[in-house]
Amino acid sequence: MMSNEKLLIDQELKIINIGLDSFYQDLKDLGVEVVHVDWHPPADGDSKMIDILDKLELL
Amino acid sequence: MSNVIRNIILGNRYFDSLKLMRVSSKIAGLEGVDKVSVVMATDLNKQILKEVGLFTSDIERAKPDDLVVAVSLKDAGDVDSVLDFVNSELDRTSQARSEQMSPKTLESALSMLQGANLALISVPGNYAKREAKKALEHGLHVLLFSDNVSIEEELELKTLAKSKGLLVMGPGCGTSIINNVPLGFANVLKRGPIGMVAAAGTGIQEVSCLIGNAGSGISHAIGTGGRDLSDAIGGITMMQGIELLEADSGTEVIVLFSKPPGEITAKKLTGLIADCKKPVVVNFIGIESDQEVEGGQWISASTLEDVAMAAIALVNKREVEQAVFTLEKDEIVATAEKEWHNFNQEQQYVRGLYAGGTVCSEATLILSDLVSPVYSNVPPRPELKMLDTKTSHGHVCLDMGEEEFTVGRAHLMIDPTLRQNRIIQEAEDPKTAVILLDIELGYGSHSDPAGALVPSIREAKKICVDRGGHLAVVASILGTYEDFQGYEDQRATLEQEGVPVMPSNAQAARLAALIASRGKLATTFFGGDE
Repeated sequence: MMSNEKLLIDQELKIINIGLDSFYQDLKDLGVEVVHVDWHPPADGDSKMIDILDKLELL
Repeated sequence: MSNVIRNIILGNRYFDSLKLMRVSSKIAGLEGVDKVSVVMATDLNKQILKEVGLFTSDIERAKPDDLVVAVSLKDAGDVDSVLDFVNSELDRTSQARSEQMSPKTLESALSMLQGANLALISVPGNYAKREAKKALEHGLHVLLFSDNVSIEEELELKTLAKSKGLLVMGPGCGTSIINNVPLGFANVLKRGPIGMVAAAGTGIQEVSCLIGNAGSGISHAIGTGGRDLSDAIGGITMMQGIELLEADSGTEVIVLFSKPPGEITAKKLTGLIADCKKPVVVNFIGIESDQEVEGGQWISASTLEDVAMAAIALVNKREVEQAVFTLEKDEIVATAEKEWHNFNQEQQYVRGLYAGGTVCSEATLILSDLVSPVYSNVPPRPELKMLDTKTSHGHVCLDMGEEEFTVGRAHLMIDPTLRQNRIIQEAEDPKTAVILLDIELGYGSHSDPAGALVPSIREAKKICVDRGGHLAVVASILGTYEDFQGYEDQRATLEQEGVPVMPSNAQAARLAALIASRGKLATTFFGGDE
């Protein structure tokens, strides 16, 4: 069976872009399959709330 | 009339830093605006607003998801028109975004893109590990463009990735090319037989562009992040990358480069390279020849240009040749003389003002052999560390892409303001003889990086002429002939300003040294009499 690493270079890239919108635009212009996540800081950027969220996700 | 500071806080309006930089630039160009900052209200940005005198007490309560527009106006009468402009710009940016129907979470993005295999993550550093970990848990490879990720977080992510057979390229990975798809800051390149794994963003750009402009191409270029070869990380990504390229039928020659690896990692790497069936070209930037790890079957190259030329020679099964200059001796000597013959007596130092970290390190090392000592904010040896990076003394190579310069603002490859200002500052120092520059082209970079520096270069040269001297400015372009900024146009823009443009960063650094030495180094480069 082919390893996941090898799959990366043997398959067409399908990209999830999280962050700078310009990277998404560049990839889209190149015809690459890409979806842009409209990312916002989680929990309004409150670090204590983010810790709690992370712990809840582990449950 | 005294300036008026006006701030607007818009709750829950998140925009990425690049968009905000563009809005800021437009506002800065408005009549009556003295200073402006459009930022998310993170703790770091609040601190920066304090430092630049744009902070007001109401900003203290704003959250990281709130947008702050802080403007210092020369005249209170301008306030309304500026605020109207800000509102319309933000509405336009929001509208463009809402038309894209973007999902809000990774999970919903995955449901929209069946078979997704890579996450390109460029969120602020303090959120980056969280997003990268989620992506890995969903089975995605990760390119982590974000920096400000701790080494502990990097190790955790890479260990998790390896256990799942996934790659983490980064953190702080500015460039990768996978399957001919440029990721981050990368250039237009043909697919070809040379694969590379490198802990060096602008290094990948320099090597891949030199290969591309010489007519060859890149199979894959895997960026590892600058700390991958430290013993703390143990070269996890580089080793995965080497195995990947060794198994890849499209790769004939493997190129590796990085800062010197940690001792333990170097030994592991040696074993892996020795087992490679494909030829390997290695450049561990700054490593002394007697420190080189022994036992490997590879060609060692001392500059990024040498790496590119060695790889091409191996593909073509030719002997590896390395040149100090690729232009004729007479042309180099004449170019240098044209610059130095108008220097006044005080002028003696080279000032390298770099956007790219790897090319800055390379120039520092090359210059150190020729016009030593060379000081830097990222020196090869601790005793060469600049005490104060705000002012240059002696020969200097400044990596202006480092966080101490870019914190809270876009990278120099996007926003040239810092370098524009520094060019003038260096010209005001009567001891400056040569300014050395790198001009990065490609996806993600400024649309006219050479043009953006022209007004500063003109002003800087005039400052020196008015003082009875001459300022030499030397540049190299990191780009391919196919990049959208137009390699030849960029070169012509610089040459029209009297800036010699060299074919590589290494050659630009050597020319800068030759000029600063007032031609004396010609014997070092070419032999014979001065």
